[in-house]
Amino acid sequence: MFDVDKIRGDFPILKRKVNGKKLIYFDNAATSQKPRQVIEAMSDFYSNHNANVHRTVYQLAAEATEKYEATRGKIKNFINAKNYEVVFAKNCTEAINLVLHSWAKQNLKTGDEILLNVMEHHSNLVPWQSLQEKGVRLNFADITDDGFLDKFEEKISRRTKLVPLTHVSNVIGTINGVEEICKIARDYGAKTLIDATQSVPNMQVDADKIDCDFLVFSGHKTLGPTGIGVLCGKREILENMPPFILGSDIIKEVTLTKSTFTGPPHRFESGTPCIAESIGLSAAIDYLEKVGMKNIRRHEMELTEFALEGLKSFKKIRIYGPLDARKRGGVIAFNLGDIHSHDLASILDEDGIAIRSGHHCAQPLMRRFGVNAMARASFYLYNTKEELEIFLQSLRKAEKVFKL
Amino acid sequence: MSLDMYAENILDHYRNPKNFGKLENPDAKFKEFNPLCGDEYEFQLKFSDGVVKDVKFNGDGCAISMASASMLSEFAKGKKISEVKKISEEEVFKLLGVGISPARIKCALLPLSALKNCIVNTSDV
Repeated sequence: MFDVDKIRGDFPILKRKVNGKKLIYFDNAATSQKPRQVIEAMSDFYSNHNANVHRTVYQLAAEATEKYEATRGKIKNFINAKNYEVVFAKNCTEAINLVLHSWAKQNLKTGDEILLNVMEHHSNLVPWQSLQEKGVRLNFADITDDGFLDKFEEKISRRTKLVPLTHVSNVIGTINGVEEICKIARDYGAKTLIDATQSVPNMQVDADKIDCDFLVFSGHKTLGPTGIGVLCGKREILENMPPFILGSDIIKEVTLTKSTFTGPPHRFESGTPCIAESIGLSAAIDYLEKVGMKNIRRHEMELTEFALEGLKSFKKIRIYGPLDARKRGGVIAFNLGDIHSHDLASILDEDGIAIRSGHHCAQPLMRRFGVNAMARASFYLYNTKEELEIFLQSLRKAEKVFKL
Repeated sequence: MSLDMYAENILDHYRNPKNFGKLENPDAKFKEFNPLCGDEYEFQLKFSDGVVKDVKFNGDGCAISMASASMLSEFAKGKKISEVKKISEEEVFKLLGVGISPARIKCALLPLSALKNCIVNTSDV
């Protein structure tokens, strides 16, 4: 049973006031708030179980190691990633850079192609740009005016070796048909990397079913702490990848001039890992599983539908992305008349509402829609229709202030 | 406080910025960009006998930065080069004539930075 008031009670920050008003946090695509269960799990670790992990004999270290490692299995269950190994990185961007450095640089050569698209987040675009130095060519699928991938299959070829693709756009919310695209990519002999940062937190994701080669998501967008990103990679691919960051913990044997390396996932986790963060993420996953991802998706769709209806009532509104709530995640980018999104966000902030404004780490996407900036509201399990009513009222105020 | 920022004159400068455009053969130009918000302004100047003879600016940004750029362009026109080099942050806030909240100070000052960087290597005479 989805009880939003009970859920809200678990998030201490939601009691906050901003400018004398109740905090209305609509920037979940940037980061999520944390339930006390996550905060307490990390606090408990530092209070009662803190020690460094791996290769130790004493009780405390064994507890720390067990808690740290348990998160891998939890993630495999959470997103049905039985065919994958789980590697921890500092964040999702680093996870993508791991694939760039340890897979792409080793396996792509002059004449190979990467098929991207114009809606990708900079973290799933900029890393691949560096391969152009090697003579790798970047191709881009366009999107339609309502935000769907356009003529994707026409751009793929036998030269395509990698398809990095976002599952759900962090700006226009488009849900891409990742399973279908991974199948097409496979038929053409290309590997796939799915950026699931906006899907894993918000809906049921089935990695085995998507059957991509790599999948990344972010701890802090999934009710977890900052400082942990997740790379799921097919074991047989990871086996053949050299380490990313070099140093301790990834080794088998070390002499003065040479070292041999251990297998995945530890081969890719050098130095003291994000121990407390892993434990925080574990608690976050427990929380989400208790609420139920299907319930969360349903709740967000209701909010998104309500928001879209409300926004459409503004004469000078421009909404970007699919207008059907079933075809988009709970992220809505929009502009209102000629009000710069910066000013809009400022006016809403007066009413305690947190939305993001700017290019949202997607400058090519802004250019595709002919704007420099957009306002963005993004929802999560603790948001409510009441909050949306206040948001819409605040937008009406902005309309008046700017005499639209 | 935020709503007070959007006074009539601010909105007017935002929607009808003064001196908006480009000069033919400017004596100096400089583009300033804030990657955090996407605001971007270029100032172009023409000089004569140590005085700013003509000013144009172009770019895109929020109401506060656009109003600031527009007002600065008016303020700078006809002033001595040495005077423009000395325009202070206080002067910008005075021109705007409204209270600028801490979060928006960068918006107000971005055009000043563009203007001053435009003129920094120009001699005063």
